[in-house]
Amino acid sequence: MNASSFVLAVCMLAASSTVQGAPRVPASDDVVVGTLPSGGTARSPALRALRGAASQQPEDLHAALALARHHVALGRATGDPRHAGHAQAALARWWRLPDPPEDVRLVRAILAQREHRFDAALADLDAILARRPSHAQARLTRATLLQVRGQWPEAAQECDRLPSQVPRAYVAACVLSVAALAGDPWNAYTQLAVVRDDVPPDDADALAWLDGLLAEMAERAGRDRDAETRYRAALAAAPGDPYLVGAYADFLLDRRRDREAFELTRAGRAADPLLLRHAIAAKRLGDGFAGEAAAQLRDRFAASRRRGDSAHQREEARAALELHGNAAEALRLARENWRVQKEPADAVVLLAAAVAANDAGSVGTVRDFMTVSGLRDVRLDRLLRAAAHPTRASLRNRE
Amino acid sequence: MQVLLGILLWCVASYAAAHKPSDSYLTLQVGGERVAVQWDIALRDLDLALGLDADGDDRITWGELRARHEAIETYALARLRVEADGAVCPAGAVTHLVDQHSDGGYAVLRFDARCPAAPARLALRYVLLFDLDAQHKGLVQVNSEGRTLSRVFSEDSRTVEIALGDGASGTASAFLSYVREGIVHIAIGFDHVLFLVSLLLPAVLVRRDGRWHPADGARAAAIDVGKVVTAFTAAHSLTLTAATLGAVSLPSRWVESAIAASVVIVALDNLRPMLPLARWHAAFLFGLVHGLGFASVLGDLGLPPGALALSLLGFNLGVELGQLAIVATFLPLAWTMRAGRVYRQGVFAAGSVGVAAVATTWFVERAFDVKVFG
Repeated sequence: MNASSFVLAVCMLAASSTVQGAPRVPASDDVVVGTLPSGGTARSPALRALRGAASQQPEDLHAALALARHHVALGRATGDPRHAGHAQAALARWWRLPDPPEDVRLVRAILAQREHRFDAALADLDAILARRPSHAQARLTRATLLQVRGQWPEAAQECDRLPSQVPRAYVAACVLSVAALAGDPWNAYTQLAVVRDDVPPDDADALAWLDGLLAEMAERAGRDRDAETRYRAALAAAPGDPYLVGAYADFLLDRRRDREAFELTRAGRAADPLLLRHAIAAKRLGDGFAGEAAAQLRDRFAASRRRGDSAHQREEARAALELHGNAAEALRLARENWRVQKEPADAVVLLAAAVAANDAGSVGTVRDFMTVSGLRDVRLDRLLRAAAHPTRASLRNRE
Repeated sequence: MQVLLGILLWCVASYAAAHKPSDSYLTLQVGGERVAVQWDIALRDLDLALGLDADGDDRITWGELRARHEAIETYALARLRVEADGAVCPAGAVTHLVDQHSDGGYAVLRFDARCPAAPARLALRYVLLFDLDAQHKGLVQVNSEGRTLSRVFSEDSRTVEIALGDGASGTASAFLSYVREGIVHIAIGFDHVLFLVSLLLPAVLVRRDGRWHPADGARAAAIDVGKVVTAFTAAHSLTLTAATLGAVSLPSRWVESAIAASVVIVALDNLRPMLPLARWHAAFLFGLVHGLGFASVLGDLGLPPGALALSLLGFNLGVELGQLAIVATFLPLAWTMRAGRVYRQGVFAAGSVGVAAVATTWFVERAFDVKVFG
């Protein structure tokens, strides 16, 4: 045992006793016993005003919807799942009606989709569209959902049915993001890039969305430089966006730019998906935080299992594979996840776990999916090459 | 000492409160008519419901929390009902504490619910926070006669009924569960393990001319170990019993700090002998303090009034078994390694430095209630 690993062991032992700390009475009134999410989000004046309006007029659907939508947006921006519960509570009066107002259905569908309850989300979207086929947001949400589930022909149909009042950039993004999955990603990239240039520079949300899509297309096409430029542009438009930070961190980790990935995910590591990337980078760098981060993640996954959540299986599979070196468990989780969602990232996790666990059946699952769907992704190509050369794969696995 | 300080500074890390859906953790220990309840509720959720952060700086201090204890108590107790066979079990006085879970600080409420008679069926109704967070969950664990049952309260599942049985068949399993608790407490109680190991480290060595040499006689070493272990056992059994019966009572912070201090002293004594006592005397003296620590664990488990002696005996037996396992693992290893430099420098010296470092951290944290980690 050398000096640094000895120090590390001592630290981990000392830290482990504090993690499972027992209930206690603090020594003085000045001891800080808890911190709240910064005032900028959870307790902003805007939120306070919306909450006040909703509680003064508990039967006013508009006030309740305004509050719920604000929480939905905050949940997206911060990655904090408590906002979903607040949004639902704001609409409690209407939430369980057999036939709730259209706007309530839409919020319900969006939250169900985020929690990976896709059937419930589809039921609500179908109900909205049955009555109003021209409902643009329901149509767009349905297209995204089908895309996540790997039902790409159906998703493409949804995009074609978008009503005419939807801005051109949104229609193009819908059509081309499906086209990029089921066909040549670079072809879709060049078309979407033209559309993106027509977006007014002050529309940060649209720019972040489109640049993010472009970045992922370029990454799958193996155009690293374009991907990087687009990731940076998207993050400039939406700094700290948890989804974009996670995707860019994966891009960096794939290229062994671990230090950059570590710094990128530092600020957002309160959210599980970013803590995962942070922990992977820390582990590769031999950073002292790695052990604690892995332990924290384990705690958090255990906590969400206790409450019956399984929306994080993709992340759990990666943690098993890349942090705990447990290929069999990673494969089990990745297969479970694959039954629910089939985005390229899900295929990458499944294939990586399959290669590590030397499971020809799961390698075949991904290969067949690629053949049938037309998915092209240089990350999957790399892994398939590794699967074809098991010795090299097992070497890489040991790194 | 410089090494110690360096290690401590190197370890200091910061970490932000995590994002997690809202959960509260409810533990019920059924012992006859008395149901001991511990309820951990996130400070974030209580702040949303009641407003805890008086000065609006996004940090909740113990002072701010203390000022709202009465409000928290009223709010929480109105949202939980414990019933035994159809009769309400009213809550007694509440003790307020704090704890950390994976997503930050929690208020901890401890109280006894007094039922008219020992329950055969326990019914719980839980409605905390559903009006503010429809995805809130209450994770409840009921311990009774050695059995543990877990249930989840949610917005659409607000009541739980649990059949506890008649209690007659439970005596043996209850005894075994206390034995198990005792073993578990030793296994996860790093402070006791480190104390014991620090005491045992020099048992396979002898000190001559100010230096450590490998011991020659296995018999002398074994007698040495026997004396230390017996003294430690006798002392902690004494205080464990005294404290459980209510004869001794000391603040837990004092006890926990003293336990950490005892580990530091014994580890430092390995590096530079300074205790004016034989090691088995030290083992007895500090064992008294460790026994008080065991007693507070046993108290938290909740003691069935009819089976006090039984649970005390079971728990103590578990502690001794756990302790024996450590001695049985450690000693043969140490004996075979004792002559090598690896043992004297790597295990004995560096190990003692490490143990002292860890225990100093614990002592600072417990005595001054600061977090060196996280």
